[in-house]
Amino acid sequence: MITAHALPVLLVAAAETESMGIIALLTIFVLAMYLGKEIITKVPPTLHTPLMSGSNAISGITIVGAILAAHADAPAWSSTLAFLAIVTANINVFGGYLVTHRMLSMFKKKG
Amino acid sequence: MWILGQVDSKSVDAMVASANDAANQMAASQDSAAWASATINLSYLVASVLFLMGIKGLTHPRTAVKGNILSAIGMAIAMAATFGLEDVNWAVVIGGLVVGAVIGTVAAVRVKMTGMPEMVGLFNGFGGAASVFVAWVELLKINPHAGDFLQSSIASGAAGLIGGVTLMGSLMACGKLMELKIFWSPWRVPGQNGVMVTAILVSLGICGWIVAAPEQAALSYTLLVVLSLVLGILVVGPIGGADMPVVIAFLNSLSGLAAAATGFVISNTVLIIAGSLVGASGLILTHIMCVAMNRTWGNVFFSGIDASKATSSDDIYTGKVKSTTADEIAMMLDTASRVVIVPGYGMAVAQAQHAVRDLYLLLEEHGVNVEFAIHPVAGRMPGHMNVLLAEVDIPYDKLLEPDQINPQFEQIDVAIVLGANDVVNPDARRADSPIAGMPIIDVDKARVVIVVKRSLSPGYAKIPNPLFAADNTMMFFADGKKAVMDIVAAIKEQ
Repeated sequence: MITAHALPVLLVAAAETESMGIIALLTIFVLAMYLGKEIITKVPPTLHTPLMSGSNAISGITIVGAILAAHADAPAWSSTLAFLAIVTANINVFGGYLVTHRMLSMFKKKG
Repeated sequence: MWILGQVDSKSVDAMVASANDAANQMAASQDSAAWASATINLSYLVASVLFLMGIKGLTHPRTAVKGNILSAIGMAIAMAATFGLEDVNWAVVIGGLVVGAVIGTVAAVRVKMTGMPEMVGLFNGFGGAASVFVAWVELLKINPHAGDFLQSSIASGAAGLIGGVTLMGSLMACGKLMELKIFWSPWRVPGQNGVMVTAILVSLGICGWIVAAPEQAALSYTLLVVLSLVLGILVVGPIGGADMPVVIAFLNSLSGLAAAATGFVISNTVLIIAGSLVGASGLILTHIMCVAMNRTWGNVFFSGIDASKATSSDDIYTGKVKSTTADEIAMMLDTASRVVIVPGYGMAVAQAQHAVRDLYLLLEEHGVNVEFAIHPVAGRMPGHMNVLLAEVDIPYDKLLEPDQINPQFEQIDVAIVLGANDVVNPDARRADSPIAGMPIIDVDKARVVIVVKRSLSPGYAKIPNPLFAADNTMMFFADGKKAVMDIVAAIKEQ
């Protein structure tokens, strides 16, 4: 019984976004920037254009915020803004991943 | 008393029992809410890891396709998880998703590879716009008494400001890339740098206003967005042709940082992680572009190249420029064993990449080793030339960076410069040149250099190129595509 209760509580404490302090979020931000820098420096120049269009797609992650903004009891003006946010973010998600796929499929080694 | 007590104790029992029930129910619902929340946050963690693996895949062309698919799966997981977080207005959500998906898919399927800079530019802008809208909604429902008010209001200001600059700057950049007249030539307002610094300070002031007077946020945020759009115009306005790769990369970075700021608005980890990955990527590319032109960030954004120090073109060209024909070039290529092609933006403009493939295949068939030397700033965005050549099935191991090919130029029989100019200007080695210190491709060290160009007009740096007048250089004055097709025809006739 205790463990059944404790597990979600633990997980929530570890991952519950609302209770996360600004320091924890800043820590995540800085570490992600650093990790990003380490990995992206290794992307060869030949793939820089797909890297940018792939980044377009990933920046479409704002769609998560956009969906949350479209909550059921929002006033009309908020819903309009949320709609626009979902459209622009999803253009990036679909357009970004598809065009990156199209480009990457063209890169071939000799033979 | 006793009877009363009996009744009482019975009713107390009943009350306890019902209280127990209620408590159990509450505990159960808290349990399930906690489970739901944990599941969603774990999904965000999985999505973040998939984004990282996706970018990791891009470190080699062999693993890149798989990486992109992993990243897309991450996005799908993040989106699916979000539906469990709140009661959403399904009409708005589904409507928005469908419209966005249709526009995005059509754009991705129809865009030509030469149009990639415009598309990426436009998508940077959409990323910024989405952040502006989300921060706006959050600010409208913000509670000044909530514990995280300070964090979300400051972050809203940042998301609105960065997002607005990204949106308008990207539209400007896109207009420039499409060569629309009103955007194309670099322009400045009088006292440009002063105006820009003032605009930045005022917008920071407005951010302070949002925090200090949350009840007026609707007004202050609107002003902030308007000002950030103006700022976007001011930042990109003065930037011209050769610096476009820097601007596109920089706006790419800003679109990520706007998403990360939005993550701070709603305390959402996956937005922060994904946003900062994109932010880091754009900053690195911006830096690489600046290094490739031997210029600082400040120099790109606050001033242009000073061409006044350049030698007059008459002194350099008069009487020294030799022009050649397709037949002559075919003969030279016939005896060559190693050929290097240096493509530039001119190849993209002329849509010459298919003709280049024909030339490549023909020469390889004749036993000539053909390689491509690609300068980081060739074209209008990082990696632009590589994508165009990949489109026409040139193997990626034939595409070399300046560092790889430069030490070998003495063994190169023929170097063909196709629509590139400043990146092969040997003046960069002279300390008193306006482009002094810019890393170039050393084509002038090849035995013979053929420059395909329509005229002797200067490149974006607006300076003459002594390569065109060098003893071992021959100019082939023609449109890039027609020139390469003529050379191919001449080789076949031999």
